[in-house]
Amino acid sequence: MAMRARDRIELVQGREAEAAARAEAARAAMALREITVSYGESPAVFSVDATFPRDSLVAIVGPNGAGKSTLLKAALGVVPRLSGTVTVFGTPLERARERVAYVPQRASVDWDFPTRVIDVVMMGLYRELGLLGLVRASHRERALACLARVGMTDFATRQIGQLSGGQQQRVFLARALAQGADLYLLDEPFAGVDAATEKAIIDVLKELKGEGRTVVCVHHDLATVADYFDRVLLINTRRIAEGPVAEVFTAENLQATYGGRLASAHIDQLRLSEQG
Amino acid sequence: MPMSSPPLEAFVSALLLQAGYNAALVAIGAGLLGIAAGAGGTFLFLRKRALVSDAIAHATLPGVGIAFLVMVGLGLDGRSLVGLLAGSALSAALGLLCVEWITRRTRLAEDTAIGAVLSVFFGFGIVLLTVIQTLSQGRQAGLEGFLLGSTAGMLYSDAMVIALGGVLAVLALVALRRPMTLVSFDPGFAAALGLNTRRIDLAMMLLVLAVTVTGLKIVGLVLVVALLIIPPVAARLWSERTDHVVLIAGAIGGVSGYAGAAMSAAAPGLPTGPIIVLVAFSLFLLSLAFAPGRGVLAAAIRHRRFQLRLHRRQGLLSLARGEPIFDPLTLKVLRREGLIRPDRVPTEAGRIEAGRALVDERRFEVARRIHRDDPLSHRYDGLTPITAVMTGDEIAEIDRMLAASAMLRRGEGS
Repeated sequence: MAMRARDRIELVQGREAEAAARAEAARAAMALREITVSYGESPAVFSVDATFPRDSLVAIVGPNGAGKSTLLKAALGVVPRLSGTVTVFGTPLERARERVAYVPQRASVDWDFPTRVIDVVMMGLYRELGLLGLVRASHRERALACLARVGMTDFATRQIGQLSGGQQQRVFLARALAQGADLYLLDEPFAGVDAATEKAIIDVLKELKGEGRTVVCVHHDLATVADYFDRVLLINTRRIAEGPVAEVFTAENLQATYGGRLASAHIDQLRLSEQG
Repeated sequence: MPMSSPPLEAFVSALLLQAGYNAALVAIGAGLLGIAAGAGGTFLFLRKRALVSDAIAHATLPGVGIAFLVMVGLGLDGRSLVGLLAGSALSAALGLLCVEWITRRTRLAEDTAIGAVLSVFFGFGIVLLTVIQTLSQGRQAGLEGFLLGSTAGMLYSDAMVIALGGVLAVLALVALRRPMTLVSFDPGFAAALGLNTRRIDLAMMLLVLAVTVTGLKIVGLVLVVALLIIPPVAARLWSERTDHVVLIAGAIGGVSGYAGAAMSAAAPGLPTGPIIVLVAFSLFLLSLAFAPGRGVLAAAIRHRRFQLRLHRRQGLLSLARGEPIFDPLTLKVLRREGLIRPDRVPTEAGRIEAGRALVDERRFEVARRIHRDDPLSHRYDGLTPITAVMTGDEIAEIDRMLAASAMLRRGEGS
């Protein structure tokens, strides 16, 4: 049966759009397509698309319970997806896992666990320890070098429960550094840390970007988004907006993301800065 | 007829493997089993699923009974240990599946599932055992030995089976220790690395199941859980490193199994399981009292040192501020360290230390303000050296803030 001309044009355009999306995904560090996650019957993340270009610092921003952490976990297969695909550097995640590092929320583990700082960092070297899991001097040196990058060398042999919250967060970052990945996904790395730690962490993240790596953070502090990140993904179960901070991090989009829950003072501040 | 040797002598000879070939083999088997149980139990303990092993252990009983009946029905020897262990392993696996299924598919929590599975399987097993007791072949079967453990009348081949099971479990532990540690500490990170956390959890459970089943004849199903839990809890008192806790727990379990089996050989009337558990418990008590770091004695010493540090610091701050000191303990501490002269005048060293204490106190004041919400802020009490609780850049940041506020104050003053 002959197609009508308009349908054919739409079909061709559709294919072109699809091809463009595929090409974009291949160039990106990570591309998420129609990710849906649900614990029970109400989705925590609903059909979210997102593209994290290479060599960028991305913030995922949204209210509590908006599915930010869940999106990160679903992207890594830590929680099962109901639908959606994940592409990492143009290949399926399973073939590029060694290029991705993950920093879970600090509160997600038991800090009374019998393990020392250096042991936690060496967990980042897990893939390289081989079948028998033997630790060599070279592994130890690399773990110490990662600790040095976060300013924690002197704490290498401490039990992890003796660290402050900020120090624990630094240890988690050092473990991710040990993975030597090209894409870093961090879940609330600045939550409950002191100013010195916040600075130490953002310095490392900017260094990573400077090395051509990609960093994605779940972030809750709207005041620092513009200073720390160059792109932002706004979500509240669904994707609200995504793009460069200057274009996307607007009062209008934040209102759409947070609804009435955002302090109006913050919106006013943003409005002012947009005008100025 | 000469009197049998007194119990102590018999025990020592059993310990030294001189109480006969069979008793020696049983003691070695029990030791290997104890190593496997202690080390394997550590991962269960770290994964916070220690009680699942109790459900597994109690779920073995129906399997023992059914295996006996099947073997007798087939005209085989119903007492064959391999056959009984195979049966117990199957019913334990079924029990484990039930716990997993209830936890996953219903709204019930794991402890509820454990309680339900444990009691239902155990009840069914006791019914089977009672029925077997009424059978003519059943009376001599000695199946009740599976409840509390018994080494009396154990065959050479039985001891070999147990020793072999222990060795295999230890080898599996060596191979799986890294993934099991990772999943116990941070399952999310493990999953992000691409590890199949469910499969690792399953392997951990199967390992525990294997240890439980192997230990059934020696320790008994009622108490095997103790051999899985007590050694790791005791070992945790000794070390802050996972690999060390595993090794120490293995050692405690091994010693308990070996010594317990030897004692039981010296006193054949006693069930073996309770003796092994009591040995393990004594080692736990010793650990609780004497372990450095987490032991009770160490805590008392630490508390006394803390008190001395407190007096030292308060004394130094008083010196720095030129306040008089009255507390006799404070004076004693300062004098002993040569920080003040007998007439309470600070020495040169005392003045230097006092100055340092004052600087750190100002830094800690800032730290306490910044970290008000941090659960560790109680460590910024000035009693721990500042370099021990903060990184160099954190201290530098605080010094910057101090300098800024000092400048501000000077600006206000002028």
